[in-house]
Amino acid sequence: MGLLLNWRHIFRKEFRGFFVSPIAYIVICVFLVVSGWFFFSTFFIFNQAEMRDFFQLLPMILVFIIPAITMRQFSEEINIGSYELLTTMPVTFHDVIFGKFMASLCFVAIMLLPTVIYAVFISFLGELDWGPVAGGYIGAIFLGASFISIGLFASALSRNQIIAFIIGMAICFFLTIIDKMLFFLPESLLGIFQYIGADYHFRNISKGIIDSRDLIYFITVCLISLYSTHLVLEQRR
Amino acid sequence: MIRIENLTKYYGDFCAVNSINLDIKRGEVLGLLGPNGAGKTTTLRILTCYMPPTSGTIRVGEYNIHDNPLEIKNMIGYLPESAPLYHDMLVYDYLGFVADIRGIRDNGKEERIKELAVTCGLKEVMHKPIGELSKGYKQRVGLAHAMMGDPEILILDEPTSGLDPNQIIEIREIIKRIGRERTVILSTHILSEVEATCDRVVILHRGRIVADDRTEALRASAGDRRNIRLSLQGARVEDVSKTLSGVEGIYSVSAGESEDGVTRFTLTCDSKRDVRPEIYRVIKSRDWIILEFYQETRTLESVFRELTGEG
Repeated sequence: MGLLLNWRHIFRKEFRGFFVSPIAYIVICVFLVVSGWFFFSTFFIFNQAEMRDFFQLLPMILVFIIPAITMRQFSEEINIGSYELLTTMPVTFHDVIFGKFMASLCFVAIMLLPTVIYAVFISFLGELDWGPVAGGYIGAIFLGASFISIGLFASALSRNQIIAFIIGMAICFFLTIIDKMLFFLPESLLGIFQYIGADYHFRNISKGIIDSRDLIYFITVCLISLYSTHLVLEQRR
Repeated sequence: MIRIENLTKYYGDFCAVNSINLDIKRGEVLGLLGPNGAGKTTTLRILTCYMPPTSGTIRVGEYNIHDNPLEIKNMIGYLPESAPLYHDMLVYDYLGFVADIRGIRDNGKEERIKELAVTCGLKEVMHKPIGELSKGYKQRVGLAHAMMGDPEILILDEPTSGLDPNQIIEIREIIKRIGRERTVILSTHILSEVEATCDRVVILHRGRIVADDRTEALRASAGDRRNIRLSLQGARVEDVSKTLSGVEGIYSVSAGESEDGVTRFTLTCDSKRDVRPEIYRVIKSRDWIILEFYQETRTLESVFRELTGEG
């Protein structure tokens, strides 16, 4: 693809960038502590060998964690001016956006990786059904990708990282809770709002049913957000 | 090589660049001068495809900035003002990243980074984070960034701002060396820099080109007036004014402050003829005592002030 020549270099730089600063380690620790605590604090009470609770919690945790990962991606570059150096090198916006997106996605995958131990641990305690677990992780990657795209879009909007974080979090939060707010809405809009809700689609996948409608939803969110990011950057010129 | 055609850029209602036309030849070292806000940085940013112009275009070789930004970016090495680099990257990693993007592969990469570390004097700081470097070193890393792809055109926006005098001389040497084979455009408001490094000067003022000439020619051609300074003892101001105004070639005589019977005068004269012998003859015929008598040499500075001064 002619438009994506240099994204690998940007990807590599961004991905390394996470681990050069302490941010990555802090974010991963916070994520593991929070998700581990909430999951295991009730796990033994329910006394069931499954990870449903973990995947139920996951969207809400990602709502806060992912905008924190993506907030600096464009804001910091615009703020310190390195954005000018980057975009006057022979790269396209596609390279920049896709490189940063993939770097963040890989980071999220690495962040989720240690939680696989939970599944292994549970499989020793009882009969674990691996289908929903696999579905849960696939769903988590798709959900993560959507939130990352939204976070990148928020980051391109402002040169202030805090503002980028809050905007990104607000949008992700809205998408996660909207299908729980349905009782406020007129009946004719129910279907639409349920479809908009990210959590609804994530729940479907994490049951172990991988339906193309749910995947299409996440891919659509990614494409719309990344395209909006492109428009914002184009506008910024 | 570079052809700027009717370039105009508006920021809202503010016109930063007002239909500029400029031709830059291969191998030229061009100095872009102008007061703050004259449109230097804007012009350079449009040339480097960082922002689009409101109207007009720039051609670089056979490409133009609207249709072939990628090809143009490939030909240009650009150092933005105050070298805004990634703070948390190591110098070595950063230069490696730039080399990757510039398409310098495997063996050549290591070599090129070493070469630039020597040229730009970065050897001691290669494994330090950029954020910890002094301003001068950051500027050098920026220069190495710009030179990485061995570009045909090097664009430097205030390359020596914030450097100490030794570093300034070093960077000028580098620019001169590159300027022998490559096209270099540098913007600055330090006039001596232009005199030291550039073949050609373009002065911008309020988004327009007010002068465009070879550096020496511009210095020589500076207007049709020149000033002569004179300090006289024992002379009355009215007498001097009356007598000297009568001399052909002197347009005006203005008296400065008097102190202990010494008065300073500034004579504005025609620059085409030398009126000094005539002035001397006139003074000799009186009993005034000359304490000071010299002709101001026109520097680029006076040209610059004449062209861009307010009012």
